[in-house]
Amino acid sequence: MSTPILELRNVNKSFGPIDVLNDISLKVDAGEVLCLLGDNGAGKSTLIKTLAGVYKPTTGEVLMDGKPVDFHGPRDAQQMGISTVHQFGGTFPLMSIGRSFFIGAEPTKGFWPFKIYDRRKANEIAVKAVQEFGITRIDDGDRLIGGLSGGERQSLAIARAVHFGARVLILDEPTAALGVKQASHVLRIVLEAKKRGIAVIFITHQVTHAMAVGDHFAVLIRGAVAANFRKGEKTREEITDLMAGGEALANLGAEVESYMAAHEGHPPPVTPN
Amino acid sequence: MKNLSLGDLIRRPESGAFLGLAFVLIFFVVFGSVEFLKPAGAASWLNVAANLGIIAFPVGLLMISGELDISIGAMIPAGALTVAIITGTYDMPIWVGILGALSLGLVVGLINGFLVIRTAVPSLIVTLGTLFAVQGLILGFSVLWTGTTSVALSPAESGVIAKSIFGSFVGGSFQVTIFWWIALTALYIFYVHFSPFGNWIFAMGGDRVSARNAGIPTDKLTVTLFVLSSVSAAFVGMCQAILFNVAQVSAGMTFIFNSIIAVVVGGVLLTGGFGSIVGIFLGTITFAIVNQGIYFTTFDRNWSSLIIGVMLLLAVLMNNTFRIMALTYSPKKK
Repeated sequence: MSTPILELRNVNKSFGPIDVLNDISLKVDAGEVLCLLGDNGAGKSTLIKTLAGVYKPTTGEVLMDGKPVDFHGPRDAQQMGISTVHQFGGTFPLMSIGRSFFIGAEPTKGFWPFKIYDRRKANEIAVKAVQEFGITRIDDGDRLIGGLSGGERQSLAIARAVHFGARVLILDEPTAALGVKQASHVLRIVLEAKKRGIAVIFITHQVTHAMAVGDHFAVLIRGAVAANFRKGEKTREEITDLMAGGEALANLGAEVESYMAAHEGHPPPVTPN
Repeated sequence: MKNLSLGDLIRRPESGAFLGLAFVLIFFVVFGSVEFLKPAGAASWLNVAANLGIIAFPVGLLMISGELDISIGAMIPAGALTVAIITGTYDMPIWVGILGALSLGLVVGLINGFLVIRTAVPSLIVTLGTLFAVQGLILGFSVLWTGTTSVALSPAESGVIAKSIFGSFVGGSFQVTIFWWIALTALYIFYVHFSPFGNWIFAMGGDRVSARNAGIPTDKLTVTLFVLSSVSAAFVGMCQAILFNVAQVSAGMTFIFNSIIAVVVGGVLLTGGFGSIVGIFLGTITFAIVNQGIYFTTFDRNWSSLIIGVMLLLAVLMNNTFRIMALTYSPKKK
């Protein structure tokens, strides 16, 4: 196998006395989708932020193309081709599609100090980039982002990242807030990005979505990689149980029943933990 | 270039301001007279609009970027007193006084900006603090150095050149600041709507974290905008001192609310991310007409606050409606 684009080697991250990430080793190849699964609080966000250059690992190293890298902030990571798309698309509801697509990298014409933002060119490129990903409903770059559906916003953000040369695409719960149909749009775009040879890191807690696109899965539990397997090696139920912390979910039904039998039909009290 | 339709126009941020302006114009022509559109009458509201407008632009840009600056209320008299004390009391050249006034604006703007970006304190509170601090400072120093809170700056001390550039009447009753205002409008329109710089301000107000991730220097931009508003306020104060030959500690507090009203009537969203320079321009004129138009009617002038209040509420409701229309707009299937 070739050298992975991005690799984490024995990465630990702690905030003061609290250890959030515990000896994490992961890698992702070009044209591969790595699904990061985990319950809330499993350390997914911290892991993404470490990958995206927001945090520095306390110990361990991040390698890109086999060489150790040291990111000084998210811009650094971005320049090396790591793009993060957040749950809500990281876009600006009251800006036009063209303007938000080129935010921070606006095409201009003319010369300083009279550089003019080239609206027509921006709109043209933005619409073309999104349509190449199969979202043909977007055809007017002057429309406001707020008027797009959640799925279209995600798609736009992904198209934007790819347009600006992303080699590693980190998608943070892209389907969490979406309906079934919208989510399938986004999943299709993930596959399209993969086809173009982009390494995708897909963070989710929806196992169905992960199984639909993933080549490679990693389950995070309390900051550690609890399982690391390839497509087809585990069933959906097994993955769900893993995410919930081992066998807990599978045994839940039996546990409740035996409690009720012993306590005259009362369900067990819910104890906050 | 596609054809402009009514729908396209109504979805622009300034459409509410435009309708508001049309409404108050009709209102005052019906209940007052057309006098206030003739040069002598126009001067009265154009003067108000110019002084307010120069400050309303940076206040509006700050609001678009998600911040507020109310310290302008103290910066106007601070600018006026600085030039009056330096030149009027200590007899230094007028240009030193002007430079002093603008530098004070720069310093206060930097303080506001750095406090906002370095602490998580909302800018309303930060600038509320500097509003009172600067007011106390100028009050204290002007009494300490001149023994009074009303410092004179004679026309001879200002000199002919400075007087004619910053503080004279053109054509009898038009303050020269009107021309500054119009020139600044053109400058702002260019930089906010036609250069990438403006794009960054809108992005910052829309989503600051995403804007920073996209590589926009959000901190630098925030400080720049705060400096711009403080310097603009000091500039207006300085012009007034040169015009009226006197600087007073008390002037300026009304500008805080007035500039916010002008900006909001002009279609800027209070929570940031939406607005336009043309809108702020129209909002400023609308405010000035209501403020001055009452004198051309038979109404008692105390009613003007009622009109301003109602107008503000109507404008905000109207702007909300237009914004929703802009958001839900999608081109018809072809």
